[in-house]
Amino acid sequence: MEKSLTWREFIITRLIQTSGYSAILFVALIFFFLLREGLPTLSEVETSSLFNPRWYPIENYFGILPLLTGSLIVTLGAGLIAVPFGIGTAVYISEIAPRWMREILKPLVELLGGLPSVVLGFLGILVLSPFVRVFLDLPTGLTALTGSILLGGIAVPTVVSVAEDALDAVPRAYREGAWALGATRWQTIWRVTLPSAKSGVLTAVMLGVGRAIGETMTVMMVTGNAPVLAVKLGSLFSPVRTMTATIAAEMGEVANGSTHYHVLFFIGMVLFLISLGVNIAASSVVFRAKKRAERILS
Amino acid sequence: MKHIIAIFLLFSLILTSCGPASSAEAASDSQATYIENKGSDTIVNLALAWAERYQGEHPDVRISVTGGGSGTGIAALINNTVDIANASRQIKSEEVDEAKSNGVEPVEHIIARDAIAVIVNPENPVNELTLQQISDIYSGKIINWSEVGGEDRPIVRLSRETNSGTHVYFLETVLRLGSKEDKTLFSTNTLLLPSSEGIIAEVRQNPNAIGYDGLGYVPKDLKMIAIAKEVGGAYVLPSIETVNDKTYAIARDLYMYTNGEASGIVKEYLDWILSPEAQEIVVELGFVPALNPNPIP
Repeated sequence: MEKSLTWREFIITRLIQTSGYSAILFVALIFFFLLREGLPTLSEVETSSLFNPRWYPIENYFGILPLLTGSLIVTLGAGLIAVPFGIGTAVYISEIAPRWMREILKPLVELLGGLPSVVLGFLGILVLSPFVRVFLDLPTGLTALTGSILLGGIAVPTVVSVAEDALDAVPRAYREGAWALGATRWQTIWRVTLPSAKSGVLTAVMLGVGRAIGETMTVMMVTGNAPVLAVKLGSLFSPVRTMTATIAAEMGEVANGSTHYHVLFFIGMVLFLISLGVNIAASSVVFRAKKRAERILS
Repeated sequence: MKHIIAIFLLFSLILTSCGPASSAEAASDSQATYIENKGSDTIVNLALAWAERYQGEHPDVRISVTGGGSGTGIAALINNTVDIANASRQIKSEEVDEAKSNGVEPVEHIIARDAIAVIVNPENPVNELTLQQISDIYSGKIINWSEVGGEDRPIVRLSRETNSGTHVYFLETVLRLGSKEDKTLFSTNTLLLPSSEGIIAEVRQNPNAIGYDGLGYVPKDLKMIAIAKEVGGAYVLPSIETVNDKTYAIARDLYMYTNGEASGIVKEYLDWILSPEAQEIVVELGFVPALNPNPIP
């Protein structure tokens, strides 16, 4: 009995260990694959033509700037919508709402998060984009803004549920302490609860932004996919083409091993590096905040 | 202990079920009853519908249909690995030479026609355009409907994605007016939509939009533009008649190629394709039936 127990322990430990390491292995493998398929781009396409303002792969125009700026502007718009809205909802659910309201709201938000993005895209084409066109008097409703609104909607549940967990984890004594000092409810939320949940809330924001930049189906359906260089503020109100939509739309038909194929993987690499950058930035901020807190407390 | 064994069993079950499915290859038992059909993505749905119907009527015949593009199909014919190659363009002379040096004699069969309709919102007062005007609209030289006799509205250009055969055909025939030297490109702010439905939905609700689509896919509530081949020419609406008498400008033949004159089961299949029953499927799928039922050698 004793022996079988230690043996069992050994196997289970190893299994858990393997699954832990497997995450590293998979990320490494994916990155290796992206590099292998994407790096030939640099020898096949001149660097200067990668910065060409035109993307038209069937005639060998491989300028990725329109796609990069397109992705950034849609994500920026989505962030501007999802972050205040998501954090606001999280604060309301965790700090202000009465218990019964909370019990309704939380599952509803999670339900929103479970909506397939293609359904949202469909709604976007049929309802939101005509509305945007008429309401803002634009030539077409298939714009970066339409994509941003829908992506914001997709990112909100992620932000809400992570941020709400973080706020929930703030010890009750903190709030009671603030109240005892005579702080109002708003002062407590703004000066005490939110700052102490900072790292969790920041994670929520990063996860939401990550969700938005990687989202494909919805943006492919509603942003119009016109590869225009989106550098002006007005670009938010015109059609754009994102990196994800480009990969999704073109990968299926591209000849294996062709220049176009390599460039698509190169775009995938850029996308990977961007989300890696976002994650590293987020964790370094969180890490620094923790260090400071430890210093103050010690 | 039991649990671990169960987990391992589960894992091995998952692993084995991921292995290659090896049941589909039993079909190649007899050469005579098996037709390999490959090529153009434009034709693939049509070819599938035909194959399905034909196999229903002739249970002894098996037809395998794959896409991949016209070039892929013709390359397979040159290597003599298919019985029928589908192509939405005519075979090039280099390809014929290559085939001949491989001992393959490509024979052309026109099996259907495909017309592309230019569509606008019914509220748009513009009814007719010349090919040159459409080219200028899509290349970004004309940016307002008032320049072609419409209201003062910006033009929103809609197109299929670049990987679509229709996109390439539209680029070559309309934007570049069929000229090989012409390097005109779509204006960068052309909206590239991933599906026909996307184009139709946008044209339906947006009076600024112009789009194009296969003739059979255009719903009744959208307006088709009558097109003149040159200034002063007659404006022609797309229809089965105008495509067949070649007065409509944006139409092409769809082909099947065989190695030598078709014989045996392949000939029976091609003859059936040109029968009224099979050509009815052509209409159902939005193509134009082939007028000339005889294969052109």
